Amino acid sequence: MIEFYLNDQPIRTGEAPASALLDFVRYHEQLKGTKIGCREGDCGACTVLVGELNADGQTVRYQSMTSCITPLGNAHGKHIVTVEGINAAGSQLTPVQQAIVDEGGSQCGFCTVGFVMSLTGHSLSGEPATDKSTIAAIDGNICRCTGYKSLERAAATLTAQLAQRPAENALAWLSEQQFVPGYFAGIPAKLASLRPAEIKATEASSAASVAAAATPHANGGMAVSTSPNGHAQSQNDHGHHSLSHPFAHSLLGGGTDLLVQRLEELREQPGVRLLFDQTGRRGIRQEPAGRVVLGAATTASHLLESDLMRSLIPRLPQYLKLVSSTPIRNMGTVAGNFINGSPIGDLTIMFLALGASITLLDVAGRTRELTLPDLYLGYKKLAKAADEQVVEISFPAPLAGDFFHFEKVSKRTHLDIASVNSAAWLRVENGVIQAARVSAGGVGPVPLYLARTSEFLAGRELSPETVSAANEVMQAEISPISDVRGTSDYKRLLLRQLLWAHFLEFAPELMVDALI
Amino acid sequence: MNHLDPHRHVRGESQYLDDVPTQQGTLYAAVFESPLAHGVLKSLDFSAALAAPGVARIFTATDIPGHNQIGGIVADEPLLAEGHVHFRGQPVALVLARTEAQAHAALKLIKVEIDPLPIITDPRVAAAQGELIVPPRTFKIGDSADTWASCAHVFEGVAESGGQEHLYIETQGAYAFPTEMGGVRLISSTQGPTAVQRHTAHVLGLGMHQIEVDVTRLGGGFGGKEDQATPWAALAALGAFLTKKPVKLVLDRMADMRMTGKRHPYSSDFKIGLDANLKITAYEVTFFQNAGAAADLSPAVLERTLFHATNAYFIPNVTATAFSCRTNLPPNTAFRGFGGPQGMFVVESAIAKAAEELGVPTSEIQRRNLLREGDLFSYRQPAEMCHAEQAWDTAAQEFDLAGIRAEVEQFNQTNKLKKKGFAVMPICFGISFTKTPMNQTRALVHIYSDGSVGISTGAVEMGQGVNTKIAQVAARTLGISISRIKIETTNTTRVANTSPSAASATADLNGKATEMACAALRERLLRHACLEYTLNYEGLEIHDEQVLAAGVPAETDWEKLVSSAFWKRVALTENAHYATPGLHFDASVNQGHPFAYHVYGTALTSVTVDCLRGTYTVDALQIAHDFGQSFNPVIDRGQIEGGAVQGIGWMTMEEIAYNEEGRLLSNSLNSYKIPDIYAAPAVLDVHFLDTPGHPRAILRSKAVGEPPLMYGIGTYFALRDAVRAFQGHTALPFSAPMTPEKVLVSLYPTGVTSRDPSGAALLPRREEPVPS
Repeated sequence: MIEFYLNDQPIRTGEAPASALLDFVRYHEQLKGTKIGCREGDCGACTVLVGELNADGQTVRYQSMTSCITPLGNAHGKHIVTVEGINAAGSQLTPVQQAIVDEGGSQCGFCTVGFVMSLTGHSLSGEPATDKSTIAAIDGNICRCTGYKSLERAAATLTAQLAQRPAENALAWLSEQQFVPGYFAGIPAKLASLRPAEIKATEASSAASVAAAATPHANGGMAVSTSPNGHAQSQNDHGHHSLSHPFAHSLLGGGTDLLVQRLEELREQPGVRLLFDQTGRRGIRQEPAGRVVLGAATTASHLLESDLMRSLIPRLPQYLKLVSSTPIRNMGTVAGNFINGSPIGDLTIMFLALGASITLLDVAGRTRELTLPDLYLGYKKLAKAADEQVVEISFPAPLAGDFFHFEKVSKRTHLDIASVNSAAWLRVENGVIQAARVSAGGVGPVPLYLARTSEFLAGRELSPETVSAANEVMQAEISPISDVRGTSDYKRLLLRQLLWAHFLEFAPELMVDALI
Repeated sequence: MNHLDPHRHVRGESQYLDDVPTQQGTLYAAVFESPLAHGVLKSLDFSAALAAPGVARIFTATDIPGHNQIGGIVADEPLLAEGHVHFRGQPVALVLARTEAQAHAALKLIKVEIDPLPIITDPRVAAAQGELIVPPRTFKIGDSADTWASCAHVFEGVAESGGQEHLYIETQGAYAFPTEMGGVRLISSTQGPTAVQRHTAHVLGLGMHQIEVDVTRLGGGFGGKEDQATPWAALAALGAFLTKKPVKLVLDRMADMRMTGKRHPYSSDFKIGLDANLKITAYEVTFFQNAGAAADLSPAVLERTLFHATNAYFIPNVTATAFSCRTNLPPNTAFRGFGGPQGMFVVESAIAKAAEELGVPTSEIQRRNLLREGDLFSYRQPAEMCHAEQAWDTAAQEFDLAGIRAEVEQFNQTNKLKKKGFAVMPICFGISFTKTPMNQTRALVHIYSDGSVGISTGAVEMGQGVNTKIAQVAARTLGISISRIKIETTNTTRVANTSPSAASATADLNGKATEMACAALRERLLRHACLEYTLNYEGLEIHDEQVLAAGVPAETDWEKLVSSAFWKRVALTENAHYATPGLHFDASVNQGHPFAYHVYGTALTSVTVDCLRGTYTVDALQIAHDFGQSFNPVIDRGQIEGGAVQGIGWMTMEEIAYNEEGRLLSNSLNSYKIPDIYAAPAVLDVHFLDTPGHPRAILRSKAVGEPPLMYGIGTYFALRDAVRAFQGHTALPFSAPMTPEKVLVSLYPTGVTSRDPSGAALLPRREEPVPS
């Protein structure tokens, strides 16, 4: 039984946990304000807010998510908000709605509710409202009519209004300003009352999971697959693995891949285990040994919010801005990106260069460690048993002075899948490369750790000659194919350019004239 | 004054097709489509599908009671494939089931046998094999062949422009209900209710009066729902007619992308001749239009390509020939600009080619050849009330063309890894359906006895704000508050024989009809006021709902006047017919006066290319546009901004990819990209030119739907300019869209040459590597 609050109404439903929240909202609850645009998280017309009770039990954290690929089961214990849940009585408009109307930010109107919800979510979030952050809140919303300028003007109006928002009791202020109705004040208590049920449900599901793992569904099954951008792979003309040998997916995380690819079959499948809200699978910590450890349910947004991650990788925000969109980053997990095995998974490419390992847990409770490169045997083939799930991800903390950089080029700079992406980690002393890790996506059947290229760089002088020679090694290490994301020749050229880019970032004065 | 609909849009209260409450007993339809692009349909096996849970019926061409034909211009398009299949995604059978999921599940159980036939996807190949939709058309003025000898410079080349997916966020769909009279009532997401009605009647073998089509609004159209909403409505109607149950058919996104046509890709040959003063004296162009497997609107699109082949320039000797080529792709169709952008892209390429070869700025040639008052287009209509030079000069001054160019050169001298590019794009776009008979419509206006007003026209609201404009026209004409006015749904039983909402002409046509109906009602009410209140008709008016006699408030206002007129049995309903005067065009000689007027404008585009990665940003799009006397600047600015960004998408990231089997590779939103908020130009200025408008334009406010799309073409040439600043010698093909791939390959034409790592090994190590 899935229990949650939909707007101001309690919901108890026996619908399939892997069915789409969008369909539940539109066709069970007949709330038609939430629209269907693409059913793959790429347009934002179905954006809703998902509120989760904070640890304090007093406040709720709201995030925007695309309901088309949100598993209904992930709504359990949450506050789901659709446009009907923020509309004021009568024909009164909220400040978000008013700003869009005033600036002409709605033409055909079909995408409009998605923008309204994203901006309302931004208003509810603790994040300071700046021009940048307000625009970022709608980076997952596509509009075909307006050309966005009117929506930018509406966002600017909103940013100005939110400057008045107090840090304390923001919700009271927002409700007084009519951003949200008064019932929001009572939601924390209502969600708290669902908590006991939630714990029971978790026990139940872990019990069920043992059973599930023993069922034929699980045998040969692929584990958690949900990623900020991984669903691209099936469009990526590496062939349709899912059709060639159909296997069940007994484990489900954020759903950003699996609900795009296999909503129908998952909806019918018994014993689907939901990992997204698994207690103890979140959090990012640094261990005394200097390793950084992430829970498997860590989302891309969690990375962004982690002071530790930002201190280790100062440019992480600009890298993650290139990874899908705000709502998808709120849903997709790092482990999902790994297990999805997409050859161009952005997070996978970053963590390969960070030297990450994963900890796998089987149903018998045994754990083992695997370095990330060793996970990938071939296209969508993983060195992982069906009953194993990722519980932790770890990597050696870069030292101060180490260089790390991520590059990605796609047809559209944002909210797109890479043609080629690459990450590099370098340790350089006295002009000599002590150690290097270089990774690249979109240039082979798996996300590639460029072992030979990395090994080649180690011990060599930091010079244009070294970089040019490294490219020769790299070109022999990759095997890109031509597909909708580019020809193989383009991908080879592009990866060379991205290798140049890493070193130009690191030592511009040293390289630019020699390389370009 | 705001667009009326958005107040409902932002609250999620606007009803679209899929939001209509479902009637009990509704069957859900899914379409079984051809898995091959060309072949002979041997057999279909439905046994497994019919046995699947919830499946009610499966229909094929043989179940069609009337005619299996929905071709609009040419009768070459069956509703359901019969004998042959001509493109992947062609509808073959209609599956009806109790739920949508069951209908889609059943599709996978259908077995089809097709003997494959050769597949053509390239329009030039089709033309070479004589696969033409209609005979070629040639627009000719002067004698280009005779002129080449006298030209100081002659250049030739090839230009290619790609297709474009409409990507209306609301996919195609229709909901059909059987009526007690044995007909069908349809709710359809269509720009052309009458087209849906006519073709559905034809398919069902009924009179048009038996088919009612109702449209509330569309979640985007852009031309994609002008003709191509029809198959889905006709299929839903077929299901409802045969089963006597309501049938709902909504395409999912990938089916919509696979099965529907897009903007026509063109491949064109050009030859341009200039005199010593850079005046263009001759232009020859041959267009090869990729029409897809059926005519759809291709012949009309082709014609508009010819109308706009010389864009905003006067060229005395022009020979423009166009071939509409049949290929095994979904029939391509209307898309904002309707062939005009494809024609303009070629002449702009020709001018750029000349400028690059001569080493002069492209804008030098562009400016010298702009249309002037009275200049003749190749189809012999003169440019009247011409604002081409005014638009250019105003843009150049307002936005400092000279300053931008200097800044670009300065930047490019001091930067190695980034280069800026700049281009000017003038536009001239003709307003009217080029098929003269289509320029007619009607408005039905009811004044209710309480003074409220209901208006029905042939206009379909799809985000362009036409309902708001019509309400404004009525409020002005009647002298009342817009809050009294309701624009009704577009319904074929209230307004018949309508033209589609297209050609940018919807507000002009339906606004004029509304203005006429309201003027007649106003006169009738004022005549009644004369008798009722013994007033002199001269100087009698209604202003802000108050009746004024020679400016002095009379003892009656709108509500009292309407009420007394009702009790005195004065007719409070008017139905007005408007047909744009002065239009004629003889397609046998391709001459006449097809357009009510032209719209002018000029855009300056500045871009920055990252020469390391091949990525780019559009820094500024600065437009001076000829709105005439805009009476809704919010809506009109929105059309310019939205159209321009759509045009930028077409020229940059929007890349339609089919493989040689005619399979769409860019088949979802994750592989086909339209601009997102970060892709919109950082600066998008719109300057409202001071122009008088045109008497044929509604309240002298010029049509604004299509023209701005063509401002996007400037982005292609600005990117080209930036690439040449980095890599001057490359011979760049004229090929849109200019994707990051094309940019990078142009920046580094030699690509990655060596792939031999052995040389690398020779490079010595300074230290032994430390394990990482």
